[in-house]
Amino acid sequence: MSDRILMQGNDAIARGLVEAGCAVAASYPGTPASEILSSIDRWRKKCGATMHVEWAVNEKVALEIAYTAAISGLRAAVIMKQVGLNVASDPLLSAAYLGVTAGFLVVSADDPGPHSSQTEQDSRLLAMMAKVPVLDPASPAQAMALAATGIGLSEAFGVPVMLRPTTRVCHASQDVDAAPFRPPAREARFVKDPARWAATPVFRRKLHDRLAEKVVAIAAWPATAPIRVNPEVSPAKAVVASGVAFAHARELFGELGISDRIALYQVIQPYPLHTDFIGHLLETYTEILVLEESSPVIEMQIADRRRVRGRMTGAVPGTGELLPEIIERLLSRFAGLPVPVEVLAVQGGGRRPTLCPGCAHRSSFYAIRKAAPAGIYPSDIGCYTLGINLGAVDTVLCMGAAVSQAAGFDYAHRLSGKQVDIIATIGDSTFYHAGIPPLIDAVVQGARFVLVILDNGTTAMTGNQPTPGTGIGAGGEVTTAVDMEGLVRACGVRFCRVANPDRLPEFVALLKEALAYARESGVAVVIARQPCAMVTLAAGGKEPGAIVITGECNGCRHCVDRFECPALIFDEASNRVRIEEMICTGCGVCVYVCPAGAIRQELAGEKRS
Amino acid sequence: MSVDPGKSLLMRRQVVLSGLGGQGVLFLSRLLAEAAIAGGFPVLTSETHGMAQRGGVVVSHLKVGGFDSPLVRPGRADILLALKEENVPLHREFLADGAALIVNAPAPIDAGPRVWVYTVDADALALSAGTPHAVNLILLGFALARIGGGNAGGFFCTAGEIREALSRRQGAAGGRLAASLSALDLGIAHGT
Repeated sequence: MSDRILMQGNDAIARGLVEAGCAVAASYPGTPASEILSSIDRWRKKCGATMHVEWAVNEKVALEIAYTAAISGLRAAVIMKQVGLNVASDPLLSAAYLGVTAGFLVVSADDPGPHSSQTEQDSRLLAMMAKVPVLDPASPAQAMALAATGIGLSEAFGVPVMLRPTTRVCHASQDVDAAPFRPPAREARFVKDPARWAATPVFRRKLHDRLAEKVVAIAAWPATAPIRVNPEVSPAKAVVASGVAFAHARELFGELGISDRIALYQVIQPYPLHTDFIGHLLETYTEILVLEESSPVIEMQIADRRRVRGRMTGAVPGTGELLPEIIERLLSRFAGLPVPVEVLAVQGGGRRPTLCPGCAHRSSFYAIRKAAPAGIYPSDIGCYTLGINLGAVDTVLCMGAAVSQAAGFDYAHRLSGKQVDIIATIGDSTFYHAGIPPLIDAVVQGARFVLVILDNGTTAMTGNQPTPGTGIGAGGEVTTAVDMEGLVRACGVRFCRVANPDRLPEFVALLKEALAYARESGVAVVIARQPCAMVTLAAGGKEPGAIVITGECNGCRHCVDRFECPALIFDEASNRVRIEEMICTGCGVCVYVCPAGAIRQELAGEKRS
Repeated sequence: MSVDPGKSLLMRRQVVLSGLGGQGVLFLSRLLAEAAIAGGFPVLTSETHGMAQRGGVVVSHLKVGGFDSPLVRPGRADILLALKEENVPLHREFLADGAALIVNAPAPIDAGPRVWVYTVDADALALSAGTPHAVNLILLGFALARIGGGNAGGFFCTAGEIREALSRRQGAAGGRLAASLSALDLGIAHGT
């Protein structure tokens, strides 16, 4: 008895993994992959499977934990986004050589567009570099099926396998056939083999040879061979597509009525591309159009520049998401049909993303600019990247770089005989993920800056996953909480203070004190601690008093431009600010911000603590 | 519930839902998707997550009937539900000729030729009902009443089927279901 239920792609991948008997799953949250691990935990509870499921401190640690299960005889998966795979690339490339004894799936979700990422890099290229096979689903239903296929492929060849969904698979939802769970039971048993698991370079050379042999064999594995959609016709042209580009193409083949004129293939395994398939394409077709996101991984393996068109030849746009309207024009041109006029997206307009109403990060950023108006503000990856709107974020490189860049700015300016005020910001989750080693380095090198750890007790941007400071596990269970202050002090930091940024005047004074310390003595850390407004509101929140704008408002726009709370609206007609009651949380921080004293909080009952 | 291929051929609808972070666009599209599945139709949706959700523009695509691609192309949508008036210029291009634009706005708006525009001040209704977070359901109720469900040009489901989908989602959540249903009814009352 099965049931069709609505599943998000991430939900479907999770289900596929649990159904395949995955016993260990580890992840660090990142859009668009964030929902997979929590969904694994939900399916695990539903089917009563015994599993270890965890939000790891970062992707490298997550991969090492899951990989170790897979060399102990248990099926395992590690889940991350593409930039997270960069962090985990070190163990991945080694794990490819050493291989696995049970199925091991590396899920790396890409973000062509990019919708919520620093890059639109293609994880399939890293699979190619690591020489591990990669599967590229076109829909949530196929992602679920390929999760199981990937585990099977991994086990058949003893090699890690990558599943590479993209945003339009992860965050698409579909009616999926949910069969009853039958997770296979296994026992952990690590068989010692130091020549393999602790291989020295001499053995690694042999392991590399063996991996290369596996890749050749995988390029002939029937279960992941390309699929021909319209085998009944024998045209001269072919379209080869993978991922969601295939889904767009398939729908357009029907709408444009070109299924009898052009062959359509879906590549499920872009690397290694099936050897017979490459031969077949080049023998059969005079023109081949390759549609894939984001890099020309398939295209570069069909090495015939005269007949193959794609991102490398410039026939397909070299960057960006392959939207269906783009593919419609490409297919029309390829089929010799009239090419539809390009509909240009509306430029400008729309609200830019901003920190939520009631977000304490806004207070921190406002205070930072007050305390060090001429400072340099390195920052990091998370909701607080949006501090750029408030003029309090100058750099965003990658996870943890706020701390190393703060040190780098100090060293660079010191060489020119200058001292600048540097206030870096980093979220609590990001600090645990990649902020600790650079903090140790900065202390040892005598760098002079203030680090503000924006501690809202959650990984907010990706959907409020727990951090090591919360003492809560992936399934809501109680674990051990890490003491952030103790950790900071143990890194050698002598100035470490905790404060609530919503108490603006006191917080600005504390930052000034920290700056004075940093100028003389080295790294100062201020932990800005206030729970995420989304978590507080979801939990019922406080009963705040209403915020009102009094007649004193002179339309100076200071609160709108410098504080940028979405609930403060500038009304051009009256040249005054008004409060949008629909979204105001009543946090009351704007009361401190208005230079004219025109914002007041009508206290309902108890005064805000 | 299994898919009925005959029924799928008759019903193909593409809907775009547009709003700002926190307005419940994703909830609305999942509710509609679940109603579609309960009605026996295959469904595909696509959403934006992450940074865009922080107060920025959130858009969701919903395709009911046998589709492969999760995205709606410009000029193809049958219905655009705009939870925020300021989003209309951004997503107007999705609408097909003769399609329906349902918008939360205090006064009638001009959305150009060849679309049917239906306006309701869902913000004011939500505030007066004391449910500021139910703008999404008020707008949906209004839309279902105005353009109908299960008929040509309308939705793929009826208001009754939305009520059932809401009950399945929120039935165990105590007072939440009652509040949601009354928001839906408020919208229906203003669209009838």
